[in-house]
Amino acid sequence: MGSSGLRRTIEGIGGRPRWRLSAGAFSAVAVLVTAGCGSSATPAASASPKPVIIGLITKTDANPFFVKMRQGAEREALLKGAVLMTGAGKDSSDAAGEVTALENMVSAGAKAILITPDSAGVTAAVKKARSQGVLVIALDSPTDPVDAADALFATDNKKAGQLIGQYAKAAEAGKTGIKIALFDEAPGSTVGKLRHDGFLLGYGIADGDPQIVCVANGGGNQTDSQTQMENCLTKDPGINVVYTINEPSAFGVYKALQNRGKQNGVLIVSVDGGCTGVGGVKDGRIAATSQQYPLNMAKLGVDAGVDFALNGKRVSGYTDTGVTLISDKPVSGVDSKDTTFGLANCWG
Amino acid sequence: MLARLRWTEFGRDPGAAIARARLISTLGPLIALLLASIFFSIRTDRFLTTENLSLITQQVAVVGVLAIGQTLIILTAGVDLSCGAVMAFGTIVMTKLAVTHGVNPFLAIALGIGVCLGFGVLNGLLVTVLRLPPFIVTLGTLNIAFALTHITSNEETIANLPDPVVFFGNTFRFAGTTITYGSVLAVALTLITWFVLTKTVGGRHVYATGNNPDAARLAGVRTRRVLLAVYATAGLLYGIAALVLVGRTGVGDPQAGQSANLDSITAVVVGGTSLFGGRGSVLGTLVGTLIVGIFRNGLQLLGVAAIYQFLITGVLVILAVAVDQLSRRRQA
Repeated sequence: MGSSGLRRTIEGIGGRPRWRLSAGAFSAVAVLVTAGCGSSATPAASASPKPVIIGLITKTDANPFFVKMRQGAEREALLKGAVLMTGAGKDSSDAAGEVTALENMVSAGAKAILITPDSAGVTAAVKKARSQGVLVIALDSPTDPVDAADALFATDNKKAGQLIGQYAKAAEAGKTGIKIALFDEAPGSTVGKLRHDGFLLGYGIADGDPQIVCVANGGGNQTDSQTQMENCLTKDPGINVVYTINEPSAFGVYKALQNRGKQNGVLIVSVDGGCTGVGGVKDGRIAATSQQYPLNMAKLGVDAGVDFALNGKRVSGYTDTGVTLISDKPVSGVDSKDTTFGLANCWG
Repeated sequence: MLARLRWTEFGRDPGAAIARARLISTLGPLIALLLASIFFSIRTDRFLTTENLSLITQQVAVVGVLAIGQTLIILTAGVDLSCGAVMAFGTIVMTKLAVTHGVNPFLAIALGIGVCLGFGVLNGLLVTVLRLPPFIVTLGTLNIAFALTHITSNEETIANLPDPVVFFGNTFRFAGTTITYGSVLAVALTLITWFVLTKTVGGRHVYATGNNPDAARLAGVRTRRVLLAVYATAGLLYGIAALVLVGRTGVGDPQAGQSANLDSITAVVVGGTSLFGGRGSVLGTLVGTLIVGIFRNGLQLLGVAAIYQFLITGVLVILAVAVDQLSRRRQA
């Protein structure tokens, strides 16, 4: 999901499967084709109305967060009797791949399309789809500008960062010699910037503050984050507060600390609330994490899509899908829930 | 043609220009390594510490092992885009078997490495039997291995690994610092491969096949068999890299290795091995791997933003290829 120049190049060459028609969609197409040909369709097919087609486009297929989002959408589509088509970019910066998937879904007759937009690169295609009568809902991150899509169902990522910033500040209150490391995802990540800024806001500092001793791009994955944390520790062995963009990154940071025997006394905070991540909070590797709800985003999106297709009701505006601070060591002044709650509501 | 092949292959270059060119491609990477080290030592006192140097060896061990396989393939004028994805699949196979299915850890390791070897053989067969271009073949297997990794792992990281699986992440004390067995393994594999490539008939056949396959075949080298062996060996090495990676991170991570193919190609090219085949050294690749690792580490210590690290890596690659091209032109 991290997107570096090098990565982009190889994935440009490497071409992961960009979009996919689920088995359900294939049968739907088959039904449409047989009906269109006027041949003797089976009674079952001719009796039922044309199923509603909903499209879901995620940033990538290779990230648990988006996989869970897709699974949530598939389940909800099944419940509502809709057909879900899914597509994905090759990585978090593959706007072109998302546009292709979007155009194909419009051609295939999707009534509503849910998209986790990469960047402003998808905006024109989103507007075009809407002008063709398709409902477009942004999930997880806003389109640029935000009103390019009909509606936005997302976590307030800035708030997610702010909560762990406030938590870290309260947990370290009264201590001196604070040295902070910030683990971002990759240059240019919208969500990454929102969380980063939120953390700083919550902590009450700004970029360039002398307490920040290392800023690294861990790519949101464990392996790269471990390497970067090793380098950060070489740069300043005294790091005692670490902000991480997500939990895989937090685990990489923890591993680097553990290799140095420094895992105790360093406060790691994160965002996501996947089940593995909450497990990390429970066993103490992560102090606190802001839990978000991708299944909820997908469910709300599919429901809104079906509602639009059947009743013509267009949703609009921003729906906050919620964020909860999860920690087993609550601090005063910052609301949080324990890991029992976190595990009951986790998504991975 | 054959005469040229023989002269260059056996190290007695007739012309001073050729000798000079070869000297540049051999010594160039070493000089770059030294200059980079000196630069970073001057700029930050945290660079030249035993602890940091130990860290760099740990960070480059995985790409180092991959790059050995990549060197073999590039020496035959091929390229392997699949190495990182194949390695990632290997890590998932060995960790998933050992943890989820309770397979004996040693058997799990063997099967994980075996799967990578299988991919190597598949690449080799497609290149030799169907005569497909390596770029396209490995582009295909890259996607296949990538998909299999994510299907079998269900996108989940596999943790709580048994000891034998993470052995190569263990450390021992040496010269006042800690060294991982994974780093030692990377160096050992490099030396073994260097020996085989330069001191055995089979190794010389790899160079001959890469330099001029037609001439090599006319001279009696079974070039297709050589190619198949090269791809299979590379696959085996990716499996070993998978084991080193698992040791380093302590988990089976389906997200791992996504940029490892370009990282390994970068290491090989920066290390002075020619993309046109037949020229280069696995020792140069070790140096190339270290150069890339030292730049990443050093720039991070200086607080340089990640995006400039890519900028500099890009410049290094172009420099290395330019040097190779210029020396070829002089030779011709």
